[in-house]
Order: sequence, then structure tokens, then C-alpha cells
Amino acid sequence: MEALLATAVGILAGCGVFLILRARTFPVLLGLTLLSYAVNLFLFASGRLRLDAPPLIGSGASYADPLPQALVLTAIVIGFGMTAYLAMLALRGLSESGCDHIDVDQGR
Amino acid sequence: MNTHAPILPILIPFAAALLQIACDRPAFQRGVGISAAALLIIATSWLAWLADAGQLHIYALGDWPAPFGIVLVVDRLAAAMTMLTAVLAFACLLYANAGFDLRGRHFQPLFQLQLFGVLGAFLTGDLFNLFVFFEVMLLASYTLLAHGGGIRRTRAGIAYVVLNLVGSAFFLLALGLLYGTMGTLNLAHLADRLTLPGYDQALTRLAFALLIAVFALKAGLLPLSFWLPHTYAAAGVPVAALFAIMTKVGIVAILRVHAVVLAPTMPDLLGHWLTTLALATVVFAALGTLAATRLRTLAAWLILLSAGSLLLAPAQPRPGVTAAAIYYLLHSTVSGAAFFLLAGVIAEQRGNAADHFTGRSTSTAVWVRLAFLAAATTAAGLPPFSGFLGKLMLLTTLRDATAGPAIWVILLGAGFVVLIALARDGSELFWKGPFTASASPNVIAWQKVTATLLLVAGGPLLALFAGPLANYAERAAEQLYASEAYVAHILGPQRPHRQ
Repeated sequence: MEALLATAVGILAGCGVFLILRARTFPVLLGLTLLSYAVNLFLFASGRLRLDAPPLIGSGASYADPLPQALVLTAIVIGFGMTAYLAMLALRGLSESGCDHIDVDQGR
Repeated sequence: MNTHAPILPILIPFAAALLQIACDRPAFQRGVGISAAALLIIATSWLAWLADAGQLHIYALGDWPAPFGIVLVVDRLAAAMTMLTAVLAFACLLYANAGFDLRGRHFQPLFQLQLFGVLGAFLTGDLFNLFVFFEVMLLASYTLLAHGGGIRRTRAGIAYVVLNLVGSAFFLLALGLLYGTMGTLNLAHLADRLTLPGYDQALTRLAFALLIAVFALKAGLLPLSFWLPHTYAAAGVPVAALFAIMTKVGIVAILRVHAVVLAPTMPDLLGHWLTTLALATVVFAALGTLAATRLRTLAAWLILLSAGSLLLAPAQPRPGVTAAAIYYLLHSTVSGAAFFLLAGVIAEQRGNAADHFTGRSTSTAVWVRLAFLAAATTAAGLPPFSGFLGKLMLLTTLRDATAGPAIWVILLGAGFVVLIALARDGSELFWKGPFTASASPNVIAWQKVTATLLLVAGGPLLALFAGPLANYAERAAEQLYASEAYVAHILGPQRPHRQ
């Protein structure tokens, strides 16, 4: 399971970085989303991967570390808000200049 | 009441923002905003006075003790930074109240939320909480940057947001690595655990290197600083002036993490490379001041220059250097912000030429010219104002550093270059004719005049009270480097989980 998760994080992060380096805002936005997925999975794994272990003490024989789950939740909420804001900003840039190029002076 | 003092600087702007969101009548919002800023000055002064008694003030949120819950920690450095933020915020808000705040929606609550984030970032003692406050600060800054509209701001905003979102991703990676290897994100608890054997050295070092890189992005250290002049110059005048504190959040975070956690256990992590990069930043920014075509851009480069000089402090981790850096930090924040406000006033008086160094000039009021003279003298580091004293302290304490000669040459050279740039640009702005016919310059709103003069007066005032301030900075630096006491005070005598 560790290998699977590590591969998933790696692929997501790789695709994210590739897309972030594109010149238009929409791929960059997608890239940031992918990168944040990768980071969230990574953060989740920092509490170690366990099967059949709820994050509650006393609920069963074993329990998972609840803190990374709380951290991931916070990170997801923040990342979601940021992405929404960036999408709005990119749309505004598009409507103001008529192109969605990421650079100030190019693409006009 | 004393026990709740540490949370006041966070609660005041937050409560003000909530009130302003609830009722959006401009007069009400302005009143609430400016009273909150004034109240913040009082609260943070009180906090600084409490902190100067020498004891750390810990505020455990929800009364959960340190490694389990989130703590706010007030030491002298944090208290001084909150006070600086409050004074700066008051001036910027006063300036914005003259009409800038109505050029878009929700300026007032966003301004308070920005303060909420900045102050929280200074006060927190927990790395994940620091991340959250960083995000609050950044989200507010994204919107404030775009305030007032215009294609220039939108474009600068997109680059700024993308860059900082990538920065946040790296911040989270660093936190995940740290939690995975050390099992805690409380700063004191981390420092304590790192003194014990049995953790993965390589991964931990990697995590801290990532963390420092993220802070360096906010601080504007050279390979990560190309966004800064562009963004700050595009922002509205009061917003850019408030942003002067944002690079300092990164610098203070580096200072704190380094002093509390890295200096005792892995002192070689920030070494020569930070000195080199900081000096490169100074050179880059000094060249930038020469290349600037308008006063706002020049002010942005000055902010970058001060960030470069300040980052010499964590590279040379000695209380003496840090004390000088704290004084220099107070000075450079106020003087950088003063330049932005001055640029706004000058642009308004010169009409079409705005604050560009070229173009026809109209006459400007005498007080504006004198204010520019005072601000330029302060920023260039000429006597008798605070820039000179700050630079003198920094140079004196850095004399016997390993790279001492290089630091002296570059800091003094940069000062000279800035002097040339300011002298040239000042004469372009005020003396270059032909003057257009309208003899009397535009009248500036009293809020703008007061706010600008308040910050420009910072230079002389910081020089006048340099003695007590330098002593305070020295005590703050000593407290910052007393890592043992910090850890012991936060975790309590038993030190939980020390098995």
C-alpha cells in the first residue's frame, strides 16, 4: 500500500509541476490542484498508513493518528478556497485583457 | 486580564472584521476599522510592556497544554513586531480612509483580516498554526492587491497568487515530513525532541530546509524574490505600505525557527549559503533602485534591500547581530512604508506625471519636499536618522563575522548606490522643469497628510529613542536565543513524552 500511495503522490506531483510550468492560466490552475492533491495525500501519510484503524482511542484494538487527518482537512479547505479565488482572478484577467497568458507583457 | 493579553492582538482585528462584514455602511466600517487599529496600538504596547518583564507569556488556546494544543507565545520579539504592525496598520488605514477604501468592495474587513493573519503569524508557537495564519494573511493580501482594479493589478495578482500557492504546497510538504519524522509540530516540542537521538537526520534536515525556503520566498531572498518589486509596485498605495510588514513575517519566522530549533541542534543548516544569498539580494536590490522608473517601484526595491540586509542576521546567529537586525527591522519597515505613502502623495500633487521620474513636473508643496528629504535621508542610511544608526549597529556587530569584509563592502556600496538613486530621483521629481502653468499644487486630504507624516516622522523618532530601543532589541535577541528556557517554559518542568 505504501508503494501505491508513494507512486500516486509522485505522479500527481509530477503532473502538477508540469502543468504549473505552462504559460496559460487554466493549465496552471489545474496543476496547482493536482499539486495540492499530492500534498494532501502526502500529509495524510505522515501519520503512517493503517488499515481498519479509526482515529479514536478505545474504539478497537488499534487506532490511527488523528492529527494528520485534522491537518489534511484544514489544508483541503484552505487549498479549495485559494483555488476558487485564483479561478476568479484568472477569469477577471481574461475578461480584462482578452487573453489568459500568465505573463504581463506577452500574449497581447 | 493579563492571562488573556496574548490573544488580544488577534481578537481585535478579527472582531472588527466581523463587525464590518455585518454592516457595510462606509462610515461605520471606517469608524470600526480605525478604532480597532487605535485599540490595537494600545493592546500591543501593553503586550510589549508585559513582555519586557522578561517572562514568556503563553496562551494555550482552549486551555490544552503545550504539545497537544496550540499555544501563542509572546516574547519580546513577538511583542515588538505586533506593536510595529499596529502602528503601521494605523497609518495605512488612515491613508486608505481618504477614499482608496471605496474603490472596490470589502476593503475594510479584508484589511483587518490581513492584520489578523500577520499578527497571528508573529504570535503563534506552533508550525501548523503558523501555516494557517500565513494562509489567512495571504488570502487577504491577494484580494487587497487586486483592490482598485486595473489590468496591471490583476496580472501581478495572478503571478503572486500562483507563486504563493506553490509556496504553501511546499510549506505543507515540510510540515508533513516534520510530523512524520518528529511526531510534533509545536516549535518548543520540536526543539526538545531534536536534542534526543533516534530520529531520521536526513529527512528532518530536508524538512527544515524546505521550511526555510518557504519563509525565504515570503521574505524575498534572491532566487525567490523576482515577484516582489513587480507586485509591490502594482499594489495600491496603502496596501503596498502595509505589505512592507509581510516580508518581515518571513524574516521573523526564519529568525525564530533558526534560533529556537536549528541553532542548538543543526547550526550548519543555514550557513554560508544564506550569507551569500542575502548579500546577492542586497546587490540585486541596489541595482534595482537605479533602474526604477517611478517612486513606487523604487520603494519596492528598498523593501527588498532591507530584506536582504536583515537576512544576514539568521546567517550569523549571534544575539548581537540579531539585536542590531531587530532595530534595523523596525526602521526599515517604517521607512519603506513611508516611501509608499509619500509616492502616493507626490503622485497626487504632480497630476499626470504621477510618481514617474520622467515627464513634466508640476510644483509640489514644501512639506512634501521636506518629507521626501527626511525619508530619503533615512532610507539611504545618512546621519542623523534611524537608517544611519541601524546600519551602523549592523555593520559594527558584523565586523568580526567570517564574511565580515564582504558584508561591509556590499552594505556600504549598496548604501552609496541608493543614495545616488534617491538624489537623482528626488531632483527629477521636484526640480526638473518646465513646470506647468497651474501654480498651486493639489490639496491633499488631511488623512493622507497625517498618515504620511506619521511614518516619515518614524525616522527621526526611532533615532531619538535609539538608546532604549536598542536596549530592548538586545534583550529581545538574548531571549530569542535562550532556547532552553523557551522550551522549558512552554513544555513545563515535566517535559511530556520525553521517553
